[in-house]
Amino acid sequence: MEPAVREKPRLLPALWDAAIAAGIAFLLFCLVLGVRTVDGVYGLTLQPRPVLLAVVVGIVFFGRLALNLFWWDRDWRFPPLPFFSRTAKDAKDRAPRDIYRVGLVLIGFAAVFPLLGLVLNKVFGANLPLLYLIDLSILVLTYVMLGWGLNIVVGLAGLLDLGYVAFYAVGAYTFAILATTFGWSFWMCLPLAGILAAFWGIVLGFPVLRLRGDYLAIVTLAFGEIIRIVIQNWTELTGGPNGISNIPEPSFFGLEFAFRGDNTFHQFFGLPYDAIYGSIWLYYIILVMALITNAVTLRLRRLPIGRAWEALREDEIACRSLGMNTTTTKLSAFATGALFGGFAGSFFAARQSFISPESFTFIESAIILSIVVLGGMGSQLGVAIAAVVMIGGFEALRHTDSLQLVFGTGFDPTLYRMLFFGLAMVAIMVWRPRGLVSTRQPTVTLNKDAGSISKDLVSEGSG
Amino acid sequence: MSKALLEISGLVAGYGHLPVLHGIDLSVKEGEIAAIIGANGAGKTTLMMSIFGNPKPSAGRILFEGRDITDLPAHAVALERIAQSPEGRRIFPRMTVLENLQMGTLIAPDKERYEDDLGHVFELFPVLATRKDQRAGTLSGGEQQMLAIARALMGQPRLLLLDEPSLGLAPLITRQIFAAIKALNEEGLTVLLVEQNAYHALKLASCGYVMVNGRITLSGSGTELLESDEVRRSYLEGGASSPSADEAKKGAKA
Repeated sequence: MEPAVREKPRLLPALWDAAIAAGIAFLLFCLVLGVRTVDGVYGLTLQPRPVLLAVVVGIVFFGRLALNLFWWDRDWRFPPLPFFSRTAKDAKDRAPRDIYRVGLVLIGFAAVFPLLGLVLNKVFGANLPLLYLIDLSILVLTYVMLGWGLNIVVGLAGLLDLGYVAFYAVGAYTFAILATTFGWSFWMCLPLAGILAAFWGIVLGFPVLRLRGDYLAIVTLAFGEIIRIVIQNWTELTGGPNGISNIPEPSFFGLEFAFRGDNTFHQFFGLPYDAIYGSIWLYYIILVMALITNAVTLRLRRLPIGRAWEALREDEIACRSLGMNTTTTKLSAFATGALFGGFAGSFFAARQSFISPESFTFIESAIILSIVVLGGMGSQLGVAIAAVVMIGGFEALRHTDSLQLVFGTGFDPTLYRMLFFGLAMVAIMVWRPRGLVSTRQPTVTLNKDAGSISKDLVSEGSG
Repeated sequence: MSKALLEISGLVAGYGHLPVLHGIDLSVKEGEIAAIIGANGAGKTTLMMSIFGNPKPSAGRILFEGRDITDLPAHAVALERIAQSPEGRRIFPRMTVLENLQMGTLIAPDKERYEDDLGHVFELFPVLATRKDQRAGTLSGGEQQMLAIARALMGQPRLLLLDEPSLGLAPLITRQIFAAIKALNEEGLTVLLVEQNAYHALKLASCGYVMVNGRITLSGSGTELLESDEVRRSYLEGGASSPSADEAKKGAKA
């Protein structure tokens, strides 16, 4: 490519442009940030915050100036990122293998991380905040699993579901009620919770069979709210707004993680009591559950049913004219997605040991859906990365002391979580409108190096 | 060669309270190419779709090999081994060509024949073989049309319904596609073709129907129709001033 002859930006227009931007920023923020309402003696009074306002306007001014001078007219480009490259050749030749490798590395890290931390802490005397890290990882993995579950419905079958949290709630309450009423163990309730959630998935599926897009989204949104409101008001069964407490944790092959008891984990192994063992056990449960979700999804994609879901996402009329029963196909997508939502729900109940309708509000559905959309619909790795960034990243905001140097000591970054959330979404939608990992891997090829896959499919009847 | 494979009698169908088809009688004999020609809005696509049960016919009967398929849902109609290349092609754009073709095998009774069928459609449309791992959405319009036909063929159909295969294609590609349809018919496949491109369609067809305003107004062998005055005026020589063309246009507006 011949280098484009470009006029170098001159300083004066750049300064002028930056000044206009700063002026707009001043107008925007002078009331939002520039004054603050304070509870005074005579009621609410306004307290001006000129420094903060000046800092923000200054950031806009210099940022815009820098963009003008160095960014928009730059001659260089970013080198393509290794596994996010967009060219067709790269996507075909490298992306699948790279995604596979990155996935393996991430899974390997997830598998050894708590044990590694434990060894570092116990043997080498490192002082990692392990309990906190593992609790956070459990939270992240729960969302990874939910994202993968919803990915079946939204990413594969293309059915926009805004009420996914309903199935999460059904799973959580199934386990909580069965465990506290009948004393059933986690492992007995887990399949029941999944099946019940899948059943509700089908119940939701029937009335929305003919809906698509916006209309489907509205009905699923309503369904999520219905489930939550029923839970909130059915006090005899669900405890209403008080929720259900004292939900037992999953035991380690019959051993409890309690401090005191007949059959405790630390006594059995002759270890001193430490709350970390219970957390690590929970961590591995959710890790395995999430990986099972992933494995099932990847497997289903190669089977006729998964292919049918993808075709359904692409064109429903074509599917029908090819002889696909779209009713059962849609219902199976709803049911499978709901099944994993139910599993994740009962894990959530077991981990929290207390649940209430508060945990199953619409914002949960929105977060799970944005994980799927930001990660790249249909991409397993993208969803996992998005969950880590969205859940872990916002948690990391709690520890950004450096921001307080800029905005003053009173600045609490966690208050701005939703702002960052929105920024991240806008950024993704501008630069990667199809999500972080947007290349769809074909499930079958006729290339020689992939011969085993296509043969495998042919023998299955490949339809 | 004389048994009727598809027999439509007195078919009435429409959208909501608006009837589009007013009693269609039509039959497609085994091994022939039947063509339905007509202007925009004559109801050709509605006829194709109502064979597949959407919109549901409100009166009349559709018999396939003597069995009544009038009230079957779309997927069950397809399982009778009627394959359709719908209007607007409707391929799966984000799936590869090969995956698209595999989606066509849902109704195939003999799954063991998959590789033979694949070889067969690649022989018929060699360009698809070179593009088999490419996403179908990146194909050109003509290639997408070939893919839509090939996908329908993967189901080993008894009857192939083609809705406007020449829509929006260059004359050269149109000719290729019609040549392929002819080749398929010579192998024994029965084809029901809906076209605006009357000349190509009637030249190919052994039996043709002219559809105006939801009714069959004229039928006969392909050559008969090609030579009939009405068809020539309305569909072949662009005779915009002729009375029947005006009638056809009124039909289009209604």
